[in-house]
Amino acid sequence: MSTSILRHASTSAGILTAFAIVGTALLAVTYLVTRPIIAETEKQAKLALIGQILPRSQYDNDIIKDAALLPPSAELGNKEPTPVYRASKQGRPYAAVLEVVAPDGYSGKIRMIVAIKADGVVSGVRVVTHNETPGLGDYIDIAKNAWIRIFEGKSLSKYPDRDWKVKKDGGKFEHMAGATVTPRAVVKAVHKSLKYFNANRDNIFSLPADSPHP
Amino acid sequence: MSDSTISYKEIIWNGLWKNNAGIVALLGLCPLLAVSSTVVNGVSLGLATALVMACSNGAVSVVRNWVPNEIRIPVFILIIAVLVTIIQLAMNAYMQPLYLVLGIFVPLIVVNCNVLGRAEAFASKNPVLPSMVDGFVVGFGLTLTLGVLGAMREVFGKGTLFSGIDLALGESARQFVITVFPDYQGFLFAILPPGAFLGLGLIIAGKNWIDQRASKKAQMQPAADLPPSSVTA
Repeated sequence: MSTSILRHASTSAGILTAFAIVGTALLAVTYLVTRPIIAETEKQAKLALIGQILPRSQYDNDIIKDAALLPPSAELGNKEPTPVYRASKQGRPYAAVLEVVAPDGYSGKIRMIVAIKADGVVSGVRVVTHNETPGLGDYIDIAKNAWIRIFEGKSLSKYPDRDWKVKKDGGKFEHMAGATVTPRAVVKAVHKSLKYFNANRDNIFSLPADSPHP
Repeated sequence: MSDSTISYKEIIWNGLWKNNAGIVALLGLCPLLAVSSTVVNGVSLGLATALVMACSNGAVSVVRNWVPNEIRIPVFILIIAVLVTIIQLAMNAYMQPLYLVLGIFVPLIVVNCNVLGRAEAFASKNPVLPSMVDGFVVGFGLTLTLGVLGAMREVFGKGTLFSGIDLALGESARQFVITVFPDYQGFLFAILPPGAFLGLGLIIAGKNWIDQRASKKAQMQPAADLPPSSVTA
């Protein structure tokens, strides 16, 4: 009696194991086939995103390869090392693209990329992911509104610290009625990233390349 | 439905109308409400689900005689999880913008109760071909619901139809986007989750209304006049 139960159980276990092995093998094959394609698509997507805020004609290096990892810092709002992409023209630093997190959006983190030219002027900002309220706070997304372009050409030398606020708080940055929390978070994050860039400029351009997309 | 009398007509009628997964069985509502804000999102996730269901029903049917009864659920789940992961990787590789929009709802197809439900209720008792047809049709019924709901929400919420089609079919498909109301300010309520609940309620009410009309007609007229497919009501 007990041996037949044992046999039955081990047959079932064997069948289950066989299915698990076949399933794992199928997944392994799919993963190996799709991995290079996914990596390439991700690289192209990132390049296209950076291309929006840093014209391709302005630099001549492989910006995705020439990336370095920056340690976590409060100014960038990140808790893990994040990449900085460096653009150069004929070997001279032209601009850096920082990945920045605004921790204080209306509903959670707003992830952005900020391109800053070597002279400290913002070339452009784009929101990568956010959870702001559709129709109210989501105008920070370039797909909805051109608002995010107000940062282009701004710098710390042009606007002193007290101007880096939304108009409602006494600063120089326009925002739309009804949603102040979202633009406030974005303005603050861009301001902090500029301060970070100014303080770490030499370091950013001299770090050895350590690309997440080898 | 017993093994001997499998009628494809009945499978299709059940999956698309009579037992529509979205509006009659009310199963799989989580993706239904979350991604049906536009036609393209709803239909894309619906088709991914239908594909998974056709494959999983087919695979379950193939192995149905070798799997002991007590471990069938883990085996079915394993098959479904493998298929969903394969589709997820393939979407990420070949349709990445769409994959990013649908996000977490692609892997969540694994826990869509329609998938396991059809594997257990139909595929584990029927031959391969009818099982695959059943899986696809039930998934396609869900796709239709998602498409109609997406169309309602998109027209009233954004004033467009097929926005985001370039995510699925490439940049050249952008010309297919239809602007229903030019300069529309947008109706936020339709885009947010309450709009999905309300839209779904309206669709269910519409279906019940049609069914009731049909059954009233059937009562008044001799049954012989009716097309055979509607007798099932």
